[in-house]
Amino acid sequence: MQLLQLLISRISQGCILGLVALGFVLIYKATETVNFAQGELMMLGASIAWLLADAVHWNVLAACAAAIVLMALGGLLFERLLLRPILGQPAFAPLLVTIGFGYFARGAVTMLPALGTETHALALPGAGQTLRLGDLVIGVEHLVIVAATLALCTALYLFFRYTRIGIAMQAVSQNQLAATYVGIPVQRLIGLVWALSAAVAAVAGILLAPFTFVHANMGLVVGLKAFPAAVVGGFGSVPGALCGGLVIGVVESLSGFYLPEGVKDVAAFVVVLVVLIVRPEGLFGERLRKKV
Amino acid sequence: MYFRFPTSYEQDLQLFDSPARRARYLVAAITFATAPWWASEYLLSQLNLVLIYSIVGLGLMLLTGYTGLVSIGHAAFLAVGAYTEALAAAHGWTFPLSLAAASVLAALAGLVVGLPALRLRGIYLAIATMAFGFVAEEIAARAESLTGGNAGRSVAALEIFGWPIDSERRFFVVAAVLAAVLTLAIRNLLHAPSGRALIAIRDSEISAQSMGISLARYKTLAFTISAAITGIAGALYAHKLRFLSPDQFTLLQSIEILMMVVIGGLGSLQGAFLGAAFFIALPQVLGEVKDWLPSAIGQAPGLQPTLFGLAMIAVVLYEPLGIYGRWSKLRIWVENFPMVRAGTFRRQRSYQRSQRLQ
Repeated sequence: MQLLQLLISRISQGCILGLVALGFVLIYKATETVNFAQGELMMLGASIAWLLADAVHWNVLAACAAAIVLMALGGLLFERLLLRPILGQPAFAPLLVTIGFGYFARGAVTMLPALGTETHALALPGAGQTLRLGDLVIGVEHLVIVAATLALCTALYLFFRYTRIGIAMQAVSQNQLAATYVGIPVQRLIGLVWALSAAVAAVAGILLAPFTFVHANMGLVVGLKAFPAAVVGGFGSVPGALCGGLVIGVVESLSGFYLPEGVKDVAAFVVVLVVLIVRPEGLFGERLRKKV
Repeated sequence: MYFRFPTSYEQDLQLFDSPARRARYLVAAITFATAPWWASEYLLSQLNLVLIYSIVGLGLMLLTGYTGLVSIGHAAFLAVGAYTEALAAAHGWTFPLSLAAASVLAALAGLVVGLPALRLRGIYLAIATMAFGFVAEEIAARAESLTGGNAGRSVAALEIFGWPIDSERRFFVVAAVLAAVLTLAIRNLLHAPSGRALIAIRDSEISAQSMGISLARYKTLAFTISAAITGIAGALYAHKLRFLSPDQFTLLQSIEILMMVVIGGLGSLQGAFLGAAFFIALPQVLGEVKDWLPSAIGQAPGLQPTLFGLAMIAVVLYEPLGIYGRWSKLRIWVENFPMVRAGTFRRQRSYQRSQRLQ
């Protein structure tokens, strides 16, 4: 019973990892850029939500919605200002830019007088309440996370499957050159992918806020643990990213339960090392080799 | 952009390609060699840190700047070197022997991390190094009998053949000699077939492979040598700080080392030194100007990372060859002053080679 309880709480953590990993994968699929600042985008989303809710006294839900929209705009701007100028540079140039941006964002947030270096609680409705199902005690926030993840995934699935922009995004991520030939404005779509990814990150950040509170480093560890999630799922696969997040979440909780102390913190990275050595293409990735 | 085009192999092997360059480096060498006489104890202590980070930078430069493999776990190799040196020194090993041990153990760690390189490319390799860094940090915190765990471990002062290196002045001599020897060794390597193979891999894996370069072998070699050099820096680091704890070898440290190399200038050994100097000088300069800034900015603990991140972004966007690239441009501009050709420094348009297979 205790194990089941643990699993449920961990699945919600896994969902958050999955959402962050989803952000990576969206960008990676579209542009072959790896975004090391995903955790910081998450932190910025949660910080904006907190600022609007607490410092400007907006309704919490309105603040969250505004934060998501603002982050989407921020993602658009980020792509336009920092990544488009280095389009065509070797693959690690954008990676370095995102690392630099992550550093910058973590430092810059501490300079906002309202935010500073303290931790803040984002008062989401339902936070701290619990639900009883027989012997199980489940925190409402865990349920909210799982529900929000499911809803977001359904929305994304419908978006990619049925809307014009979604299908164009898929085309861009499959073959940019061919997409250009059939008249898709590839650069503008890449900007939109960044906006989408930043918005997903903001959602993840807001969902994570009840657990870690809002502070400058809240995204650091989650952002890094999302890499194992993305790799386990196969870096280019959207459903894989979510499954990878769940796998990492569950492995962490089980290793915290059965294995000696300390293993839990690195379990995600041990798993990713094993996956990289045994099956580098991940659970859902395709195996490809360059043909001449 | 200006590039040097050697016309014979002998010309390429020369250490300095022009008398002017030789004179410049001679001046730099003399300034450095006489530092123990003119520099204060404090300045020397900072110079020692610069030298240690330069050696780390040299190691990472070989890997990232010359082989094109990004490592986000180099602090782990630094840790292996530092802890090996601490243990060996505690058991009374003589310094050359313990230095060799630190280097060899770090190289073995590099070999282990490099092994996935047989199958991994690009970002996957970076993630593997990151995962290794995390695991190594945790091991350093948990293996208390060896590392002292989170409480840390103190290290004995350096002693070479009964000659105690107890002042910054003496330490400087050791660090400078090691840095010079390693710089020359790497420069030599880069002009040997193995080094050329590494550069070929950086420029195009596919064409390197089709010229008969074994990717797996040379990537592993790059990792091993890079880790060995970082291990040597780790040994010096242990004796410089005289205290080791796992929080000196975190992922952030790895990222800072990477940023240091990028800001200094990828693809030039000088860049490793300039990056290290920037990395050590920035906090000092900030300490001076802090009081002039509004307190919300000046007193924020995030000021230094913010500037570091901005510097990194600026370098990638405007000057991919880093501080050294900027210096070369300045030098070329001055040398050709009245006749500077317009567009000398215009960046060539480039297209990203997709790593995706289709």
